Amino acid sequence: MQPDWPAEVHRELAAAGVRVVGFVPDAGHKRLIELCQANKKMRAVPLTTEEEGIGLACGAWLGGERSVLLMQSSGVGNLINVLGMVSVCRFPLVMVITMRGEQGEFNPWQVPMGEGSARVLETMGVAVRQAGEPQAIAAHVKLALTRAFEAQGAEAVLIAQKVIGIKSFQEQRNQ
Amino acid sequence: MSLRRREVVKKLLEKRGGLLVVAGLGSTAWDITAAGDTDLNFPTWGAMGQAAMLGLGIALAQPKRRVLVITGDGEMLMGLGSLATIGVQQPKNLTVVVIDNERYGETGMQATHTAHGVDLAAVAKACGFKNSRVVTKNVDLRRMVHETAGPNFLQIKVAAEKLPLVLPPHDGVHLKERFRKALSDVLAKKP
Repeated sequence: MQPDWPAEVHRELAAAGVRVVGFVPDAGHKRLIELCQANKKMRAVPLTTEEEGIGLACGAWLGGERSVLLMQSSGVGNLINVLGMVSVCRFPLVMVITMRGEQGEFNPWQVPMGEGSARVLETMGVAVRQAGEPQAIAAHVKLALTRAFEAQGAEAVLIAQKVIGIKSFQEQRNQ
Repeated sequence: MSLRRREVVKKLLEKRGGLLVVAGLGSTAWDITAAGDTDLNFPTWGAMGQAAMLGLGIALAQPKRRVLVITGDGEMLMGLGSLATIGVQQPKNLTVVVIDNERYGETGMQATHTAHGVDLAAVAKACGFKNSRVVTKNVDLRRMVHETAGPNFLQIKVAAEKLPLVLPPHDGVHLKERFRKALSDVLAKKP
């Protein structure tokens, strides 16, 4: 049986005391976003672009709260300069990123940023954890939460596209 | 008579109490420091475009405290989307002030979009800010910053002038830690 990774990740976020959830929607994050929106202890904040999520996360930490950023790999490029603030201030940061441009990608325009995502993040000082199987995702997120909030680290969990498994526009629309 | 930025910012921060303040990089960071550097200031030295979002993050984390973002027109223009995001969240305790000299002050005083008529206050209004206006005269803004239910937006037109640098600490870890410590001290005093 497939593990219910969105529910597992949501449980980890709740257990870690995450109160602010910034997100740029992605089909792969649909259920996790809905779970966070339904959680009365969490404030789900839709963003117009991923870099707003960095300001939001750093501000929440300045205000004493923990947060997480949900996004897809195409948005990684939007983060580059503002990740400098995370690095220089050692802000804790947890990003859960669904991958595009990998196995099963139907849109060639998604491929370059997908292929570059991990390297871009690492170049800007973010630790990257690759979750290639659904049963591994929650454990990676749990570790990322601990590293970020206990050791002031910047962490990204990349969820492989094969886990999401969307192969066509039509399937995405039908989701 | 044009308003002068240092006087405007000094007045905004008078008797500030537990006000939590974020400044955009460059001139507005120097302005809040000239008014008196304190631990409840978070002046940025980079991350252009994120000042308002930092303010939103603090405002959501501390809904009972007042939060003031003071930034420049160039910095605000780089993060226009954040006005829409703040409009959706409707934080009552957040005020965003743009000190608008219609110039990129740190890079050679080149004209910004506001010099060509882009109306930031109208953008904020359209994004759902409860109160939003352009300020061109010396008026008392204390109530707006400390009491009026927001989100509030003030675009304050000021003279384009080159002023002496008054630099805040630039160690990011220090700025972050001192802010969190000072905030927790304030919270301990006033539960």
